[in-house]
Amino acid sequence: MANRYFNKEIETMSHSEKEVLQSERLVKMVKYVYDRVKPYREKMDAIKLKPSDIKSIKDIYKLPYTLKHDLRENYPFGMMAVPRKDLVRLHASSATTGKLTVAGYTQKDIDVWAECGARSLVMAGASENSVVHIAYGYGLFTGGLGIHYAAEKLGAVAVPVSSGNTARQIQLLKDFEADIICCTPSYAIYLAEQMQLMGIEIGKDIKLTGGLFGAEAWTDGMRKEIEQRLGLKARDIYGLSEIAGPGVACDCEFETGLHFQDDHYFPEIVDKDTLEPIGYDAEGELVITTLTKEGMPLIRYRTRDIASLSNAPCPCGRTSVKLNRVTGRSDDMLIIRGVNVFPSQVESTLLEFEGVEPHYHINVDRINNLDTMEIVVELSPSVKIDEVKTIEIMRKELAAKIASSISVSAKITLVSPGSIERSEHKAKRVTDLRKLK
Amino acid sequence: MLKQIAVYLENKKGKAAECCKIIKDQDINIEAMSIADTQDFGILRLITSNNEKALAALKANNFIANIVELVGVEIPNQPGALAILLKELDEDNINIEYLYSFANDNGQAQIGFKTDDIEKAAALLKSRGVKTI
Ligand SMILES: [Zn+2]
Repeated sequence: MANRYFNKEIETMSHSEKEVLQSERLVKMVKYVYDRVKPYREKMDAIKLKPSDIKSIKDIYKLPYTLKHDLRENYPFGMMAVPRKDLVRLHASSATTGKLTVAGYTQKDIDVWAECGARSLVMAGASENSVVHIAYGYGLFTGGLGIHYAAEKLGAVAVPVSSGNTARQIQLLKDFEADIICCTPSYAIYLAEQMQLMGIEIGKDIKLTGGLFGAEAWTDGMRKEIEQRLGLKARDIYGLSEIAGPGVACDCEFETGLHFQDDHYFPEIVDKDTLEPIGYDAEGELVITTLTKEGMPLIRYRTRDIASLSNAPCPCGRTSVKLNRVTGRSDDMLIIRGVNVFPSQVESTLLEFEGVEPHYHINVDRINNLDTMEIVVELSPSVKIDEVKTIEIMRKELAAKIASSISVSAKITLVSPGSIERSEHKAKRVTDLRKLK
Repeated sequence: MLKQIAVYLENKKGKAAECCKIIKDQDINIEAMSIADTQDFGILRLITSNNEKALAALKANNFIANIVELVGVEIPNQPGALAILLKELDEDNINIEYLYSFANDNGQAQIGFKTDDIEKAAALLKSRGVKTI
């Protein structure tokens, strides 16, 4: 029988005890960054906020926000709270503008991150007897190394396969008899497809029982597909390189939302327009404050991720706040006929649909006071068409898939390969003509 | 069997003309042509003097194109010949998806048509004494 918790005392702590812990840590953290990080001191001075004004976690809303922009402005070391000699690792991620953002970790930060990752691994059913196959990329990206240290912290066997070379991945999954796998959801599906082609028997050749999947948007449909095809329980793990990689939050077997490791990372949801804090069970932008981070603490960091938080009890006994599935980012989100639509949802539908490529553009307009949405998507070069009805059927089927995925109907326009503009960085996927009217 | 190229045309003005120019630039003759048009898009069907070469040129220019086999028949150049042929096809339960006619070098009328099972259609027509091409 696998362990139920990695750190029972913290993970099942009562709400009142947790609040005391969070308050102590926040008070200390605010003083720490005020003394050590110039951008925080300047922001607090600008609104005449003194560290002593923060007396408990309830005062957190008084603190100014930190933006990705602040991290870029102070690249590379301006946001660090310790001298460079006290850092033990740097991670970096590329931004849409091509500029990097960097995060520095002290030894203690690495230990905390590993602890949170180990808690997540236990949620996926891992124990000290596990073999953890890590197919996330190792490098500046936090996925591979994040889970690696978590597996070691748990006392399991870490297999640092990294990404790529699928045939070898499958060989090692077989030979080492891994029970836990960690990778992106899309790679998990690709692996399953390759295994099927190679005639690998799930349950006999492959003995996986659980997996942690994250680092990209995925749907419940993908979760079911991964579980079915790989014969395991798929857990959703959340992290972001600025805060810590995978392990900031993760869901348990009851799938009531992702347990947020709120003894180290304090989450808030704020209205994405007014930035006013909003309570539980309402959607808004996720804001995170690191309560214990030494290297690069972040105070009320605006993640741009859209989510909601829940405080409802979970049958697993963990008492943390829970994050609902992150379906998109606030800077991409469209509101069409009152429904929140993320281009990433459209993209995952296109990826699953045969005959089209995930090269697309979304046009939104308002005609006779009604929002309209058109998805222009490229046909695959290999499709065979000589009849009008072939195209009509494809459009109808794709439109139905899109409607069930995003709850908004869209006109589908199929275009020739290469029609959609390619971009080296993040592509511009949406033209919203409503803004021009 | 008769071979044609089918090309998907998104509803952009000049796409059909662009397609014909690409073929002409390869010194390939377009022997027959028809367009199936809807409000949003069209499908251009072509029989050319070198279908393989025309297809390669179109694909190189990012057109969605493929070669499709048709039943080809030659009919006497006289009134009512097409009507007789269509009646015979109907009697044999052969459903025509689309059809177009053109003349060969000798001025003989030729018909190309698409159906579910072109092998079966061609065999039935042959047994009725229709000249297939
Ligand atoms: Zn739970």
